[in-house]
Amino acid sequence: MNFTFDDDQLAYRDAVDSMLQAEVTADRIRARWESATGIDDALVEQVQALGLGSMLVPESLGGLGLGPVDFILLAEACGRVALPESVVDSVMVATPLLVDVLDRGLGNGSVQRVIEGLCAGELSVGVGHPINPCINFADSTDWLLLARGEALYLVPTDQAELRAVKSVDPSRRLFEVNFEPNPEQRIAEGDAGAALWRSTLNRGALATAAVLLGLSDGIVRQCVQYSSDRQQFGRPIGANQAVKHLMADVAVQMEYARPVIHRAAYTVAVAPTRADFAVSHAKVAAARAALLAGRNGIQVHGAMGYTWECDLHIWVKRAWALTREYGGEGFHKNRIHQWLQQPNALLGPEFTFGRGSLLDSTAA
Amino acid sequence: MDLTYTDKQVAFRAEVRDWLAANVPKTPLASFDTAEGFEAHREWERTLAKGNWGMVTWPTEFGGRGCDLIEWLIFEEEYYRAGAPLRVNQNGIFLLGPTLMEYGTPEQKARFIPAMASGDEIWAQGWSEPNAGSDMAAIRCRADRDGDEYVINGQKIWSTRAVFADWVFGLFRTDPDSERHHGISKILVPLNAEGVTVRPIPQLNGLPGFAEIFFDDVRVPVFNRLGGEGEGWRIAMATAGFERGLMLRSPARFQQASKRLVELYRQRGDDIIDPAAEDAVVRCYMDAEAYALSTYQTASKLAAGGSIGPEASCNKIFWSEMDLLIHETAMKLLGPRAEIEPTTAAEIAELGAWLDGFQFAQSGPIYAGTNEIQRNIIAERMLGMPRK
Repeated sequence: MNFTFDDDQLAYRDAVDSMLQAEVTADRIRARWESATGIDDALVEQVQALGLGSMLVPESLGGLGLGPVDFILLAEACGRVALPESVVDSVMVATPLLVDVLDRGLGNGSVQRVIEGLCAGELSVGVGHPINPCINFADSTDWLLLARGEALYLVPTDQAELRAVKSVDPSRRLFEVNFEPNPEQRIAEGDAGAALWRSTLNRGALATAAVLLGLSDGIVRQCVQYSSDRQQFGRPIGANQAVKHLMADVAVQMEYARPVIHRAAYTVAVAPTRADFAVSHAKVAAARAALLAGRNGIQVHGAMGYTWECDLHIWVKRAWALTREYGGEGFHKNRIHQWLQQPNALLGPEFTFGRGSLLDSTAA
Repeated sequence: MDLTYTDKQVAFRAEVRDWLAANVPKTPLASFDTAEGFEAHREWERTLAKGNWGMVTWPTEFGGRGCDLIEWLIFEEEYYRAGAPLRVNQNGIFLLGPTLMEYGTPEQKARFIPAMASGDEIWAQGWSEPNAGSDMAAIRCRADRDGDEYVINGQKIWSTRAVFADWVFGLFRTDPDSERHHGISKILVPLNAEGVTVRPIPQLNGLPGFAEIFFDDVRVPVFNRLGGEGEGWRIAMATAGFERGLMLRSPARFQQASKRLVELYRQRGDDIIDPAAEDAVVRCYMDAEAYALSTYQTASKLAAGGSIGPEASCNKIFWSEMDLLIHETAMKLLGPRAEIEPTTAAEIAELGAWLDGFQFAQSGPIYAGTNEIQRNIIAERMLGMPRK
């Protein structure tokens, strides 16, 4: 029993975190809003140089062979700076889905080639999970993983029909995607397809939860700074208990979302078919923290918090968007509710870990 | 990261489970806030001590088993799973015990720990005074040095378990000219000493769970001072730190309660169900899990040589609000029968201890440092917001 990250994992997190803190500034995010693609190509190269593109790809396919536990702290770091690019989706959702397809002996000639391209940072892939109405940055991808019923298709982006829709979050570039299913592009169907989409949902929700936790952290940091600088009645507004408690409430929610997210990452790694409860818990807890961070964050900033000029909304709007991505609160609470309603669910303090718990991949 | 138990931990769990199955009283004991229930709980403490289960984290020479924090969490999980009695000596074993281990002299440990472990001496706590609640540094209760003795005068209030307990530990001002958190010492006082008057205070449920204590020229030997003279504040803060946060309210308590809540929810009558209750049941189960996960993560960090920071203040807020939600939800599910104080066997079987737990939950956000004070600590020390 060791619920900590090892030195390598923490060092990797620190390296990614400090690069992102230095490079992903609010000014540079705003510059993306005016650009043609919404993507900072130089930054994407820096991310690639740190090995993110290949980290969740097995060594046999030319990757680093790491897992969700290794990546989860990095996803949080991406949220902390409100990174606009779809790094987290690509690393944690698109790439593992393609690897899963190969592991099941499925796919066509394109799959391995696309994985190699992802590892090398030469191409990008978007995922159109049916639970999400749109694909973020679909116009910048080379390939799309798309659903039709349970079937999974790997489609060159230029063969799909993209219609831009506008997000409340100006950093997001959403597209509704339509396509004509081509049997040659179908890489899974039936039960295998359903299983792939199901594990994709869990990986997507887990990754989103970690980003939401990072966004909450980013919001709290800005609020602490602002409430220390801004003076009223001759002292910083942050000296007032009413203001302090707004932030303390967020900190408490974050403190009890974090280990839940870490447990979910571990569960996805060791017992992926039993991860629904852990992932849904992570998504609900992270969304709760992030929505509270957004609301209290705007309140702490006063009228400034309600302006376009104040950088806070970069984080807040992302939180609004991501709480719904890969299943909203209702979807995930319902999954937990269904589990609690099962007469054979093993509940109670002795089943957090260990034999019979949801972490026990040998259990029925 | 490895979230599996070792073979040793699995074997330890089995040993705890077997012992509890053989020894936990078959019928619930009366409340320890009654004279009869207090003695029944003392007897249970003696039973625990005989099996060396009183405080498993203590060294074997003090009747413990030298367990680490993970094993302690396993013990607690089995303890609540078995429905074992609440710990009447929790002030002693969870709060004073760890402080004695760290700051006590060998002679003090030998004098106090075995009697604490055996249940022969049950402890009350004496922090608050009428004008020193959240502002504990405002205490005025005096302990004046007279040779090898202290002479204590003043008053303590909200002293949990003091009505039936044998001893009280608390903070006293040993330097009469001192202010605030200077000049305070931690002193242990027998409640049967001459000059001690204990006046019970009925709690919300009508039982005397706490008391006022009046000290009128009470003499105790200097031996009873824990730590150096004037070091009481620092020692008290150490007691109030992580060990206390982790030990006072272990996650298993809430996990067991939320499991029972799920069971109550499954049995609900359709005429009683409130749509909000469904959401609350889900949230309670999640929150109890989250608290357990957080505690395991903290225990792992400590085992890896880490330390605990001000984020520990988050746990007090989290468990006390969770406890309220668990019991508020149970009240909703019980519907109009929730107000009935169970007295007959049939009522006890139907209504359980939810009403008593509901009343007790009201105190959670207040005791052990109000949640408002905890939020100040989080904002200032964890997040770095300005003090003034």
